[in-house]
Amino acid sequence: MKTLFAALAFALSLSTSALAADPDPANWQAVLDDAKGETVYWNAWGGADNINAYISWAGGMIENRYGVKLVHVKLDDTANAVAKVVAEKAAGKADGGSVDLIWINGENFASMKNQGLLLSSGWAEKLPNWKYVDASGKPTVKTDFTIPVEGLESPWGMAKLVFFHDSAKTKAEDMPKSAADLLAWAEKNPGRFSYPMPPDFIGSSFLKQVLSETITDKTKLLAPVKEDEFVVVSKPLFDYLDRLNPNLWRKGKAFPQNYPDMKRLMADGEIDISFAFNPSDASAAIATGELPDTVRSFTFPGGTLGNTHFVAIPYNANAKAGAMVLADFLISPEAQAHKQDPKVWGDPTVLNIAALSSDEKAKFDSLDLGIATLKPDQLGPALDEPHPSWMVRIETEWKRRYGAGN
Amino acid sequence: MAELGNQQTGLTLRSVSIRLRGRLLLDLDAHVTPGSVLTVMGPSGSGKSTLLAFIGGFLDTAFEAAGTVLIDGQDIGGKTPQERHAGILFQDPLLFPHMSVGQNLLFAIPSEIRMKSERNSIAKSMLADMDLDGCFDHDPARLSGGQKARVALARTLVSKPRALLLDEPFSKLDSALRQQMRLLVLGLAKARALPVVLVTHDPADAEAAGGQLVTID
Amino acid sequence: MLKQEPLFRVARFAPFVVILLLSVPVLAGLLGTLLPAFSYLPALGRDTFSFDAFRAVFVEPNIWRSMLLSLWTGFAATAISVLIAAGVLAAGFGTKGWARLTRLLSPILSVPHAAAAYGLMVLVMPSGFVARLISPELTGWQTPPDILIPNDPWGLALIAGLVAKEVPFLLLLLIAAIGQTDASRNLHIASALGYGRLAGFFHVLWPQLYRQVRFAVFAVLAFSATAVDVAIILGPSAPSTLSVQLVRWMNDPDLAMRFTASAGAVVQLLLVLLLFVLWMGLERVLEFVRKSLEISGMRFAMDGALTASLRFAGWLLTLATLGGLALLALWSIAGLWPFPDAMPESYTLKAWMRALPAVMAPMATTFVLGVTSASMATVMGILCLASRSRSKPASRLFNASLALPLIVPQTAFLFGLQIAAIKSGIGYGMTALVLVHLVFVMPYVFLSLGQAWQALDPRYALVAQALGKSRTQTLLRVELPLLLRPVLTAFAVGFAVSAGLYLPTLLVGAGRLPTITTEAVALASGANRRTIGVYAFLQAVIPFAGFVLAFALPAWLFRNRAGMRAA
Repeated sequence: MKTLFAALAFALSLSTSALAADPDPANWQAVLDDAKGETVYWNAWGGADNINAYISWAGGMIENRYGVKLVHVKLDDTANAVAKVVAEKAAGKADGGSVDLIWINGENFASMKNQGLLLSSGWAEKLPNWKYVDASGKPTVKTDFTIPVEGLESPWGMAKLVFFHDSAKTKAEDMPKSAADLLAWAEKNPGRFSYPMPPDFIGSSFLKQVLSETITDKTKLLAPVKEDEFVVVSKPLFDYLDRLNPNLWRKGKAFPQNYPDMKRLMADGEIDISFAFNPSDASAAIATGELPDTVRSFTFPGGTLGNTHFVAIPYNANAKAGAMVLADFLISPEAQAHKQDPKVWGDPTVLNIAALSSDEKAKFDSLDLGIATLKPDQLGPALDEPHPSWMVRIETEWKRRYGAGN
Repeated sequence: MAELGNQQTGLTLRSVSIRLRGRLLLDLDAHVTPGSVLTVMGPSGSGKSTLLAFIGGFLDTAFEAAGTVLIDGQDIGGKTPQERHAGILFQDPLLFPHMSVGQNLLFAIPSEIRMKSERNSIAKSMLADMDLDGCFDHDPARLSGGQKARVALARTLVSKPRALLLDEPFSKLDSALRQQMRLLVLGLAKARALPVVLVTHDPADAEAAGGQLVTID
Repeated sequence: MLKQEPLFRVARFAPFVVILLLSVPVLAGLLGTLLPAFSYLPALGRDTFSFDAFRAVFVEPNIWRSMLLSLWTGFAATAISVLIAAGVLAAGFGTKGWARLTRLLSPILSVPHAAAAYGLMVLVMPSGFVARLISPELTGWQTPPDILIPNDPWGLALIAGLVAKEVPFLLLLLIAAIGQTDASRNLHIASALGYGRLAGFFHVLWPQLYRQVRFAVFAVLAFSATAVDVAIILGPSAPSTLSVQLVRWMNDPDLAMRFTASAGAVVQLLLVLLLFVLWMGLERVLEFVRKSLEISGMRFAMDGALTASLRFAGWLLTLATLGGLALLALWSIAGLWPFPDAMPESYTLKAWMRALPAVMAPMATTFVLGVTSASMATVMGILCLASRSRSKPASRLFNASLALPLIVPQTAFLFGLQIAAIKSGIGYGMTALVLVHLVFVMPYVFLSLGQAWQALDPRYALVAQALGKSRTQTLLRVELPLLLRPVLTAFAVGFAVSAGLYLPTLLVGAGRLPTITTEAVALASGANRRTIGVYAFLQAVIPFAGFVLAFALPAWLFRNRAGMRAA
C-alpha cells in the first residue's frame, strides 16, 4: 500500500505542472486587477466563534478594499479540505476547483506538498507584506514541522502550547512543571485531566509534547520515523500514557473531541487543567463569558511545543489571485494586530514587531493581552515540532492502544 | 321529443354485464323512459353499485364491463364522466365542506351560463324550491341532515343532468325524513322528465319508485 | 381511450420522472461506491479488481467493535422505538391527554436530529441541567461526577437520542394508520370481552397497524444503524460507530483511504441487510408469542401500572426533546454558568449579536433549498397521486424507488455520488443540492401525502365530475382545497427533512453552500455552547415555521367552515 501510494503521489505531482495563467505576485497590481470581483472560498476550521468572527471581519475588509468576496467554508477538520482537492483531482478537475485557500500546517501541508496539490510558484514569499514577516526570529515560518515551506504557504499566526487552571479551585504552585509532573498530578487527582482525542490536532500535539520530553535522543524527531526503531524509541511515551490513561477524565474511556470541547469541560467543572495552542485563549474565553475570570495560564519551564499556522492555495483553485490578496492582507500589520487582541482572537503575530513603523508598532503595544495571558518572556522556550511522520505513526499506535476505551 | 334512430328518449342499457375476476356480478338489458325509475335491488356486496359507476363512467379498472349505455339514443360509452352529465346522489350528501351552500350550487351550474347574476339567481331559486331560502351563505357543516340532503339534490339538479343515478340515497336518513326525501327526489325527477336508476336494498324505496325492478344476488 | 386533459397528460409521466430522480442518484452513487470498494477507480490509477480494500477495513483497529456497536445501537434503538411508540399509542389512544400529545408530534418531528441530540446531551450529561438542578443539595456534588454519559461505550446515550427522534416518527405513521381502522369500536369489543387495554390493543389492532408501518420500521432500522450526526454527538468515541468511522476515512487526506471508506460503506450495507434479517426473525418470534397468547385467552386486565408507565414514557420523551431545546435557548443567552448553578449567573445577547450576521447566508440557503425541494416534491406527489387514482402504472417500481433512499444507508451512495456530481459537471451548485435533497425529501413527502389522499373520500371527486367538471377542475377546486392542510403538512415535512439533512448537504455542497444544519454540526464539534444554542435553536425553529403555516393558513382560509376543522 505504501509504495503504491508513493507512486501515485509521484504520478500526481508530475501531472501538476503549473498553469501558465497562474497569477504572479511579483506583479502585484496585475494580481489586484485579476482578483477584483472574485469570490474566495476559504476552507478553514470553523469550530470557534471568535476565529469565525475574525475571518468574517477580514472578509469585510478585503471586499471593501479590493473588491474580493470571501466565503468561509467552515470545516470540522482541515483534512476535509484536503480530501476535497483529492476528490477533484480524481475527477480530473484541474482548474475551477472548489477550494481557493486552506488554513493549514503540519501533516496536512506535508501531504498536500507531497501529492503536488499546492500552487507551487513560491508565491508566499513574493507577497508585498512578506517583508514584515519575522523569518529569522521565528524559524517555524519557513519550516513547517521540519518540512521546508518553500513559499507554498503563507504564515498566518504563531502557536504555543499553554496550560490553564482555575485559580479559584487549584493553586498555581500545585500545577505541574513538566510532563512527568503532570503524570504525578493526575495520579493524585484522578479524573481531573484529559486531552482531545487524537487525531485531533491539539490532542496529537499533547502526545508530541510528551514524546519530546520523554524521548532519549531528541534528534531522532527531526527525521522521518524509522519503523524498525519505533517501538523502542516510543516506549517511554507509551509507558507514560499507560500510566496516565486510567487517571484521566472518564478513566480514559472517552475523550473531548477537540480543545474547545475540553474548554467546555473545564467551564463545567469536569476537569481542572486544560490547554490550548494559543497563549491568550483563556483571556479570550474570559472575555466571552465561557470561563470564569479566575482562570490563569501556566507553561512548562523546560519548554512546550511551538509552531506556525499558514494558509495555502490548491493547484486547481478557482480564485488564485483573490486568495493571494487575502493571504497578503492576513499578514498586514493591521490584520495581525487585530488578530492578537484577546477580545478578538488573541492569536500571536508572525510579524517582526520591532521592524514595524512606529504607528504600526503602537497598535501592537497598546493591546491589552488579558489577565490570563502570560507575557512573551514567561512563555518559556519553544520546542520544535517533530517530523510529520511521527504524528501519523503515533496516532495509529494511540488508536490501537486506547481507541477502544476498555 | 324526436325519436333518434330506433330508440326512444331516456336511458337505455343494452346487454350490460359487469364481471370481477371472471365472476359475473350483473347482466342487464333495460330501458328507462324519462321520468320513470329503474330500481336495482340486492344485498350489500352484490355489486349493484358498479352499475351506477359504469353508467357514470368511473368504474374501477379492476372490473370488466361490456355493453352499451345510451342517453336519448346517444352512445355515451367513449365519454368522460364530466361529458355524460349523469347526476349522482350517494347515501352521504357529500357537500363540499370548503364551500358555502351557495358556492356548492354555483360550482355545479354549467359554465355555459356566464352571467354572474344569472348564475346567482338560478342557485337562489333552486334553494327556494327546496325550502332552503336564506341558506345561500351558510356553512354546509352547520345544516341539519335533511337540509344537507336537499342541498345535495339541489346541487345535482342545477348541473342540468340528463339522467339521475341514486346510490342508496335515503339509507342514512331517519325514517320520517326518508319518506319525505323519497317523495321529493322522485317527484322532481318525474317533473323534470329525468330517467332514474335507483340502487337500494330497501324494499320501501322500490315500492315508492314504482317502475321496473331488477333484483340481483 | 378517453382523451386526456393537458395537466393529466403531463401527470402520467410524473411517476416515471420520480422513479428516475430517485433511483438514478442512488444507483449511480452505489456503483460509485462499489467499484472503489473492489479497488477499481482508474482516476486514482487502480484498474484491477481486488479485495484489498476490504482487507484494509478489517485490519483497522477496533473495527469489529465498531461494527457490533452499529448493529447493537441500530437494533436496540429500533426495538425500543417501536415498543414505546406502540405502547404510547395503546395506552394513550382516545384518552384525555392524547390530543395534546399528538399536537406536539409535528414540532418534535421537525427538530433536526443534531439539535435534538445536542439538547439531550446538555440535559443529561454529568454537568448537565438535571445534575445541576439537584446539586449540590441532593447529591452533594460540588464538581460533576466522573460518569461516562454521553459517549458511553454501550451507546446508551446514542440509543436514547435515536429513540427520542424515531418514536414521534413512528407514532405519526401509526396514528395515520389507526385512522383507517375502526379502532375505538374494536377496542370496545375487546374490553367488553374482558381484555385489558394493552392486551386488547395488541390482539385486535396491532397486527393490522404493524403491516402498514412495517416499511417505516425498516427505514428506522437502516437510519439508526447508519446515522452520522447523532452518533458524532452522543455516540461512543472510543471506538465510534462504523458510520462515523466511514466519514473519517472518506475525509482522510490519504487517497488510499478512499478505497477503505468505500469498502467500509459496502460492509455497512451488508450490516444493514443483516439487521433486516435479524428483525424479521424477531417479528416471527413475537408474532408466535402473540398468537399463543391469543389462543390462551389470557386477559391481562390488571395493566394499569404498565399503561401509566407507557404514558409517562411518552411524556418523558416529549419533555426531554422540547426541554433540551429550551435548555439550548437558555444557553444561547447565558453569561457565565458554572457547575453546580441551576441557572446562569448572568444573561447576555452577545452570542446572538455575534452569530446573527454570520447566520444570515446559511439561513437563506436553508430556506431556498427547503422551499424548492419541498415544493417540487409536493407538486410531483400531487401529480403522481392524481394520475394514479385511475390506473396503477408501474406502482411496484414506483414504491421500490421511494423506499430506496430510506433503506440504503446514506454513506453507501453519497460517497460515490460526490464524485459523480463533480464528473457530470453539475458540480457543487444549488442544482446538485436540490437534486440530492429531492432524493431524501420525496419519500417523506409522498408518505405524508399518500396517507392524506387515501383518507379523502373518493366520492367527492366523483360528485364533481358527475356535475360536469373536468378532472383538472376537480383536482384544483375540490380535491386540493379539501386536502389543503395535509398538502401543506406534507410540504412542511419535506421542508423539515431538507433543513435537517447533514451528510448529503455537506458532501454534495462541498461545504460551499452551508445550511443552518451543516453549520450547527460543524460548531457542535467545539464552539462555545452559547453559539451552539443559537444555531440549534434556529435549526429547530425554521422547520417549525413550516408546520405553523400548515396549521394556520387553512385555519384562516376556512375559518367559517366547520367541516374543515382539523380532525
